[in-house]
Amino acid sequence: MYSFAERPVFAPKGAGRSLCFKDTNTMYTLLKKVLSTPKTIMPRGEFTPDGEIAKIGERLRDAAFSSLKGSLAIREVAAGSSNAEEWELTALGNAYYDIERFGIKFVASPRHADALFVSGPVSRNMAEALRRTYQATPDPKIVVAVGDGAIDGGIFKGSYAIAGGVKDVIPVDVEIPGDPPSPKQIIAAMLMVVEKLGEKRRKTNV
Amino acid sequence: MIEMLVTYGFFATLGCFIAGALLSIILSGRGAEKDSWLFAHALAVFGGLLGLAYGTAVLISGEAVTIQIGGALGFGSNILDFRIDGLAAFFFAFISGASVAASLFGAGSLKHFLGAYRLGAFGFFYNVFIGGMLVVVSADNALLFLFGWEIMAIASYFLVIFERKREENVRAGVLYILISQLGATFLLAAFLLLYRFIGSWDFDTIRASIDLVPPLWQNTILALALVGLASKAGVIPLHIWLPEAHPAAPSHVSALMSGVMVKTAIFMIIRFFIEFFPTPHMHWGLLLIALGAVSSLLGVLYALSEHDIKRLLAFHSVENIGIILLGIGAAVTFFSLGIPVAGVVALAAALYHTVNHALFKGLLFLSAGSVVHATHTRNMEEYGGLIKVMPWTAAFFLIGAFAISGLPPLNGFVSEWLTFQSLFAGIALLPLLPKIVFLAGASSLVFTGGLAAACFVKAFGTTFLARPRSSAREHAHESSLIILVSMGILAAFVVIFGLAASSITPVLAHIAEGVRGLAENPVPLVSPAQTIGLGGFSALSMLGVAAALGLGILLAYIITSLTSGRQKVTVSRTWNCGTPLTSRMEITATSFSRSLITIFRRVLRPTMQSEVEYHDAVSRYFTKSKAVHLSLPDLYRMYLYGPATALIERGANKAKRIQTGNLNTYLLYMFLTLMLLLLWALK
Amino acid sequence: MEWLYLLLNTGLIAALSPLSLGIIRKAKARMQNRVGASTLQPYRDLVKLFRKDEVISEDTSWIFRAAPYLIFGSTLALAAAVPLVNFTAFSPTGDVLVFAYTLAAGAFFLALAGMDTGGAFGGFGASREMMMVALAEGGLVLSLVGASFIAGTTNLAGMALMLPALSGGALVPLILLAVSFAIALLAENARYPVDNPATHLELTMVHEAMILEYSGKRLALVEWAASNKLLIFTAVFVNIFFPWGIAGSALTVLAIFFAKIALALISIALLESVMAKLRIFRVPDLLLSSFVLSLIAILIIVV
Repeated sequence: MYSFAERPVFAPKGAGRSLCFKDTNTMYTLLKKVLSTPKTIMPRGEFTPDGEIAKIGERLRDAAFSSLKGSLAIREVAAGSSNAEEWELTALGNAYYDIERFGIKFVASPRHADALFVSGPVSRNMAEALRRTYQATPDPKIVVAVGDGAIDGGIFKGSYAIAGGVKDVIPVDVEIPGDPPSPKQIIAAMLMVVEKLGEKRRKTNV
Repeated sequence: MIEMLVTYGFFATLGCFIAGALLSIILSGRGAEKDSWLFAHALAVFGGLLGLAYGTAVLISGEAVTIQIGGALGFGSNILDFRIDGLAAFFFAFISGASVAASLFGAGSLKHFLGAYRLGAFGFFYNVFIGGMLVVVSADNALLFLFGWEIMAIASYFLVIFERKREENVRAGVLYILISQLGATFLLAAFLLLYRFIGSWDFDTIRASIDLVPPLWQNTILALALVGLASKAGVIPLHIWLPEAHPAAPSHVSALMSGVMVKTAIFMIIRFFIEFFPTPHMHWGLLLIALGAVSSLLGVLYALSEHDIKRLLAFHSVENIGIILLGIGAAVTFFSLGIPVAGVVALAAALYHTVNHALFKGLLFLSAGSVVHATHTRNMEEYGGLIKVMPWTAAFFLIGAFAISGLPPLNGFVSEWLTFQSLFAGIALLPLLPKIVFLAGASSLVFTGGLAAACFVKAFGTTFLARPRSSAREHAHESSLIILVSMGILAAFVVIFGLAASSITPVLAHIAEGVRGLAENPVPLVSPAQTIGLGGFSALSMLGVAAALGLGILLAYIITSLTSGRQKVTVSRTWNCGTPLTSRMEITATSFSRSLITIFRRVLRPTMQSEVEYHDAVSRYFTKSKAVHLSLPDLYRMYLYGPATALIERGANKAKRIQTGNLNTYLLYMFLTLMLLLLWALK
Repeated sequence: MEWLYLLLNTGLIAALSPLSLGIIRKAKARMQNRVGASTLQPYRDLVKLFRKDEVISEDTSWIFRAAPYLIFGSTLALAAAVPLVNFTAFSPTGDVLVFAYTLAAGAFFLALAGMDTGGAFGGFGASREMMMVALAEGGLVLSLVGASFIAGTTNLAGMALMLPALSGGALVPLILLAVSFAIALLAENARYPVDNPATHLELTMVHEAMILEYSGKRLALVEWAASNKLLIFTAVFVNIFFPWGIAGSALTVLAIFFAKIALALISIALLESVMAKLRIFRVPDLLLSSFVLSLIAILIIVV
């Protein structure tokens, strides 16, 4: 029988010593660790397209979009997704994929954004919110449907609870297939988009 | 022109106000209510203009004007003596100037009082109030001064309770008059003691023979006078009448009470501590600085917790009186330690802040009054979005808010800068104890400035910006032209007093020297190129600052027009994560300042009470409604006034016992008194 | 001639401030074992923003539309006063109190713009920002005032000139004042441990919350103004509290100055990488301790 007197007591090592010393010790070891960790970043060559990457609309070749080439701000909208795409999008900023080195960053408000990354089949409750987000984003803007669900409903296609794919709610420029698409695929697609943004311009007809 | 003004201006000014008072009563008695109101305020405007011209003329002519009526009317004594030296002329001028703007506003606010109350009494008391203030600053005799003081207090009492149909106004008025009379008693005691030692009520005699008063009694007189004057000025802890009485009065009266009436107490504090008693002990100056520091910090903290717009402005008066007292205390300390140059600078800073506060506080009260008239509520939680219907009022309130937060390039910044410089001079030059007190004063001034800016972001933001929080905006519209003109005059002066600082500061330094009698050692305050330079340590050029800011903004516009020409601007709804927008989403006045109140909770002691109503009182699972009351307790009533009044009541109840109602005991009292008097006379 | 130096000051600060932001972000990325955006990325961001359209809320008034210009203008006015290139150019905004209060004026308008939109985020962002400005002002003003007591003048350029000529007796208060000013620097520029400039969680935002509604050229102005403020604070910090290498030919002065600034920016990045953001009700403790440090330093100087 497990006696009360014999239960193991776990005390943190070094408890009772001065906290200050422990803190600076920790910061020093942290710095050493930082400086000695090997680089884990994926080189740009890894993001070459192989297989079906993404469908990119023609609107991106308008002259107004050329200003987005050097710096692209993304706002994520989770419109009824299973959150798998959000995990992958979050992974884009880590030390392996590091999307920031391509000049692409995530922002906190659609007003600051150039691109809307919409994931998930648009559930009916989120349809109006997605429209409002689209209206809140200033031109020129790109809408990217991330994942099979966002493209046409994916495994939820035909369900009563969704409004269809994102293109049934707001106009879509880029579609990235996959359930969810891996960060590598997402970055490869975005690099293709950026390339397209930098191509020779044709003037808008407006 | 100036000589004519100097000779006749005083009587002309007072005559205007007396005429306004009488005409108001007469016309109202005949039933012409509208005319009585308009004539009363028009004559007040006229009198104010004359007073402003007179004060400026006396300042320009540079010598004190003495007017002695007593002899001419056959009284023999010099009770009716007036003396308008530099300091008095300065106060005379800005009191009259503020009353011009306030009276214009009053004339425009006729329709809010017509038919609801009798307007003749208002016009009478309004003119008597302003006249009383002018008598207070120009009196040269203690009795005349007290007479003017009482007129000022009683007339303003009637003005505070003018809207008597609301219960809280009457209560506020009673509290106001009680504390006012308490202060007047202390002042009377101080003057009585002065009379006892010097033998005359005349200020000239007092100034000349102050050495007849022994040092212990000097301190007693100063203490009594300080209590009396501090209660009128609204220094903590004698300020409890201010946040009650100022909101209760009509808006233009609040502007005058808050901007000008409390300054008459400052006027007398300057006279007592710097003129009458030329060598007060250094501890008085340190006490004034301490009082100023406490008043300014606590005033702004209480203002942060308010959501009644006029109470908020009233607490800011407490704060600014604290800042003025910092300057006066610094001046007293410098004079008592024999550094007159620094003392003159400190006194000039205090005088500058006096007139600046009169200007921007008047402006703020008038624009708040405009808002209150339009929305019929004083509660800031019901405002919102008023800038779209009242753009001019909002612009004037913004100028006032910018000035009171002490932000460059407006006038509040200049007087705070000067006060800072005098405190820094004290930190550098003085011995240890005053050094530490000056450092504490400077620290409190730093925090006061920041907290005041926070409070006015809250006040302006919740009142004018974003969406309306209630239906109060539906019937709101911009005020009439005359009200806008009255606010515009004050706003223009706020800007002028900020930009022309280098011209105004030497005038104030000259007045400060005159108070001290130092005319033969002029203080070099201004160096060329429009800069106020203080002894090589610091220099300020308000025009330069304004020019730098203006150029910066211009550059900003140029840069944007160069880089982005053809972008279009779409108007859409506010982004709030795609959810429906309601007025409940906006920040409220209470929640804006909640974080600051929580930080200062040991000082402010906020309380929170919640009331919960359940669907089923027994099982208490589902709430039907919940109400939370956040408030700040009135610590002064709890710990100071409450026990004091309880003590007085107990003592009075005990003393009641001598009134037995029995004729025999009263005969016994008379007999005993006679015996005692006989014994004493025979000794 | 002095006008030219003032304009040069302003131009240099305005031109280099996005670079300073880029340096901080690059250093932070390296600490996280990433490559990070290039140091010139903030310039590309600004250029893109200037060329974007704007969407403005219908609930706002002229204050929202004018505030970015006012804020940016105030930072330009302050940039002229920073002791940077030539120290005998005494700018009218160089007085320490004018410096502190102009910054407060910029914060005033930013907070008003945040409240103007009527959204929940802008409102509480404004509330928090004003709380931090009010409390940080104590440390900011008193640290600069202490330095002016040592130097004998309240003008920033004058201080930068006088301070190198001091003996070692002023070293201890100068260190205390430097720490106090550093804390005020972190607080006013929305850096760790007071605020996270890169957060996406609105409940943790202070500065970002007020600018959530801005877009296009106005957003560019506000972000540029924020980086201007950072560079101005850093420049004042390194030139007044670490005044070595100020005398000499123009090129050496500039080179040493850039080296000091780069060092200061990288230390900010290091601090942000090893420290966590403070709980909001722990921030007043930090700001008031900065105030107390300045008080102690001033007492050491004058007593």
